[in-house]
Amino acid sequence: MRNVVSVALAVGWRMLHNNFTTPSLLIPGLAFPMFFFVAFAGGLSRVNDVPGFQFPVGYTAFQFVFVLLQSAAFAGVFTGFGIVRDFETGFARRLMVAAPDRRGILLGYGIGALGRWALTATVLTCVAMIAGMEVGGNGVDIFALYTLAALVNVIGLLWSAGVAMRFRTLQAAPIMQLPVFLSLFFAPVFVPVELLAGWLEAIARLNPVTLMLEAGRSLIAGDPAHITGAFLGALTLILLFSVWAVRGLRKAEAAGGG
Amino acid sequence: MNLTSQVLHLARRSVIRTIRQPANWITPLVFPLALMAVNSGGLDAATSLPGFPTDSFIAFFLAFPFIQGSLFATVNAGVDLARDIQTGFLNRLALTPMQSAALLVGHLGGVIVMGVVQAAWYLSVGLLIGVRIEAGPLGMLVIFVLAVFIVLAFGSFGALAALRTGSTEAVHSLFPVFFVFLFISSMNLPRNLIETEWFQVAASLNPVSYLIEAIRSLVIVGWDEQALVLGFSISIGLAIVGLTLSSLSLRTRMART
Repeated sequence: MRNVVSVALAVGWRMLHNNFTTPSLLIPGLAFPMFFFVAFAGGLSRVNDVPGFQFPVGYTAFQFVFVLLQSAAFAGVFTGFGIVRDFETGFARRLMVAAPDRRGILLGYGIGALGRWALTATVLTCVAMIAGMEVGGNGVDIFALYTLAALVNVIGLLWSAGVAMRFRTLQAAPIMQLPVFLSLFFAPVFVPVELLAGWLEAIARLNPVTLMLEAGRSLIAGDPAHITGAFLGALTLILLFSVWAVRGLRKAEAAGGG
Repeated sequence: MNLTSQVLHLARRSVIRTIRQPANWITPLVFPLALMAVNSGGLDAATSLPGFPTDSFIAFFLAFPFIQGSLFATVNAGVDLARDIQTGFLNRLALTPMQSAALLVGHLGGVIVMGVVQAAWYLSVGLLIGVRIEAGPLGMLVIFVLAVFIVLAFGSFGALAALRTGSTEAVHSLFPVFFVFLFISSMNLPRNLIETEWFQVAASLNPVSYLIEAIRSLVIVGWDEQALVLGFSISIGLAIVGLTLSSLSLRTRMART
């Protein structure tokens, strides 16, 4: 266990150091969520007046939850790009030779993804508060909201790590991004699920992201709903994608880490 | 070999190159329509807002793929041109009797062909899913012409970035910039229905809003002279600026020493 932790801390520190000291990695990760938040919350605030749309703390908070979860998922996916870079540059091969327990590598990437998202979430929250976002939930609700987002970050990371370790080339980037992008957008992004067009509502109701979004929005509004379902769904996905990522790690090992 | 023949050769090369890289033509054909599907499904309820100009959000949003597809085509073509610079192809061309103008026009010719294919695809999909073009068949023709001017305008800026930097990465980095222009526009709601004041001002100052509104007017209104004059003026104006700057950059890049 000590081996796993020491490897994880070293890899995590390296990921965070790389991310925070490389503007080309840091800036897009920060800028894109802000940009989506501004475009959706600013440009679509009138959607609040659509008949049947009832969200007590306003459209800014409604969109904030989506962008928070989106930023969490994509911080995980972008960390997957970093894993691929490590394979392409040959660093991963050296890392695998040096690591006494290679599961620590995966855990380290997880620490990197979480740290990366923590900065984005902090900046996003500050921007939202400056923009006058109303918050109805109490401290426990908000803690639960950020915990849910952190679980989404882990899901994104485990999915993209599994892809990265299987393909080990940046050409697999669309495979990492597209399913995450689609599952996020085939959810009630702009309006509650009941107001979606028929076909999209049917898909959204089957999409686990919908449950997480609805739970997150209920938490920020201070009227918790679907919490157990959302957390159970997130934990189930983490379990499934953990298997996916560990098997990916084994495949990378079998391929010699190159 | 005269100028026309040089242009045709380079345009053909540009088109074949695009066809040989499926990601370069599949993405502009699929992604804008996927986003249209998601946004139309998600924002369909917005049509019940008082003052919304149509009861079909898909018809309202059909202009969006034309603009986003142009961006994809532009960035992909800009990347190809930058790759020509990085690999030394442009330097080898400079040793031949080829005229500099042929390179730019040929390259943009390839972008325009891609723009026309995309426009036909978006329009066909729109018609298939039941969008009715209020301006009729002539309006569809005008949409094609406008789409060509838009792709030419964006393409000239993609070429400019490639020629100025000679770097595929730099051209790639243009995409988020273009994306900001696209999102801070009237793509999701008419400008008069945008509630947030600063956003409304930004959308009104953003030329992309007028390009979207020109195409949109033909789809949902019919013949709106003001929207069309603004759309054509802006796209032609941007094309002139982009082409002028690109020509100047090309002159420097192709300096025969």
